[in-house]
Amino acid sequence: MIKVRKLVKRFGLKTVLRGMDFHADQGEFVALLGPNGAGKTTFLRILASLSRPSMGRVNIAGYRLPDQASAVRRRLGVVSHQPLLYGDLTAEENLRFYGRMYGVRDLQSRVAEVLELVGLTPRRRDLVRTYSRGMQQRLAIGRAVLHDPDVMLFDEPHTGLDQDASAMLDTVLREVAARGRTVVMTSHDLARAADLASRFDVISRGVITASVKRDEIEPNNLLAFYRQALQVA
Amino acid sequence: MTIESESSYLPEEQGTPAASKVAGFLRAMGAVVWKDLSAELRSRELLSAMLIFALLVILIFNFALDLDPATRREPTITAGVLWVIFVFAGTLGLNRSMAIEKDRGCLDGLLLAPVDRSAIYFGKALGNLVFMLMVEFIVLPIYSLLYNVNLFNPGLLLVILLGSIGYVAVGTLLATMAVQARTRDILLPILLFPVVLPVILAAVKASTGFLDGSEMDVIRPWINLLIAYDIIFSAVAFMVFDYVVEE
Ligand SMILES: Nc1ncnc2c1ncn2[C@@H]1O[C@H](COP(=O)(O)OP(=O)(O)OP(=O)(O)O)[C@@H](O)[C@H]1O
Ligand SMILES: [Mg+2]
Repeated sequence: MIKVRKLVKRFGLKTVLRGMDFHADQGEFVALLGPNGAGKTTFLRILASLSRPSMGRVNIAGYRLPDQASAVRRRLGVVSHQPLLYGDLTAEENLRFYGRMYGVRDLQSRVAEVLELVGLTPRRRDLVRTYSRGMQQRLAIGRAVLHDPDVMLFDEPHTGLDQDASAMLDTVLREVAARGRTVVMTSHDLARAADLASRFDVISRGVITASVKRDEIEPNNLLAFYRQALQVA
Repeated sequence: MTIESESSYLPEEQGTPAASKVAGFLRAMGAVVWKDLSAELRSRELLSAMLIFALLVILIFNFALDLDPATRREPTITAGVLWVIFVFAGTLGLNRSMAIEKDRGCLDGLLLAPVDRSAIYFGKALGNLVFMLMVEFIVLPIYSLLYNVNLFNPGLLLVILLGSIGYVAVGTLLATMAVQARTRDILLPILLFPVVLPVILAAVKASTGFLDGSEMDVIRPWINLLIAYDIIFSAVAFMVFDYVVEE
């Protein structure tokens, strides 16, 4: 589903991704683990076609980036550091707007369904600028699943969520994965990642230093595995 | 908790690829315009800032230059003051309109949509044009009343429309570039004014022409220049927008 070969990304003189190789099969749920500044967000932004690779090949769902970006974007749902929502629109209007951008069918009922899913139905007519951080994050998740994408990218999606919302997100993530969608999620929360993901990749200074499948490792050993992977780099 | 298994909510590609592409382009462009107008209708931040600024400029010109009534009605003065107002109020609007996109990372949200990115550009530009025209059509009657000049001249209205199109076409593109920078408030005018100078020049000349009742032969070259500029800059923006927004 996702194939990345020798990906390099430079910002000016600074090289952030140094020939990174990565792949994810359909239905795989990859947790991307790594310290601050390792290049996780940069990598996800390239997969999302928000940033151009300096070198290397990226292929998603059989389409090449950056030249077939539009076909890739149709199949992509993204939750990023920022909520990507308009403060002066209500939750409902935000979803309706994005639904139109994606050409979602039966938009009215789909929006209602998604609002219910993320638990914002009672507040759907309120302006997003009056939302708390966690509520904005809930709506950001709703925005990302609105068009039922094949590949989902989550950049630290649990940040700012309360227990209820985290549980809601976990349910969404599990459901998405159970339906054969491919998920890449960055996280600093090893326990949570261990709970959700089917594979764990460690990224350090712009390369993947280790990768292990869920059934190849005891959840308790994940921390040790992570520590060791960082020392390799 | 229902995400339907199986179904995709995206429409199948239907009709000829070209036709569905155009439909998708117009749908996305319409969505962007609708979004900007409804957000503005609610907050009125952009329009009120532009209007207050415009009215202040009218008054300041009057006091600062201390013009006698006859000079005040001179076509050159009127055309000059009007375009100064439009240009600066326009910059204010452009900056604000892009700041909204940067606020909660919305620009990324737009760029993630599976549409030709020029649809986003044209949607933003069209929204900006609507705001600019709204301000202009409030400024004109007020200016007419205060200075006792008749500005309801179809030729002048045409020039204002053409000039605003050119201004917004360039301005939307450059505002998108400027918004990535920390110093966007000053960066936009620095980038924009040199590029848009031919539009302003042509617009002022053509406006003066219509106000003092010049021959069409004198005015026509300026109008043609405006039209050419509008077309060229829309085309350039159409081609480069994708490169401007991607890092
Ligand atoms: N637009 C940019 N211009 C210059 N440098 C950048 C840019 N974006 C990211 N970087 C640099 O790239 C490196 C990786 O950043 P990135 O945001 O990908 O890290 P991360 O793994 O997501 O970290 P975190 O866990 O803190 O979110 C950092 O050193 C950062 O300073
Ligand atoms: Mg990050």
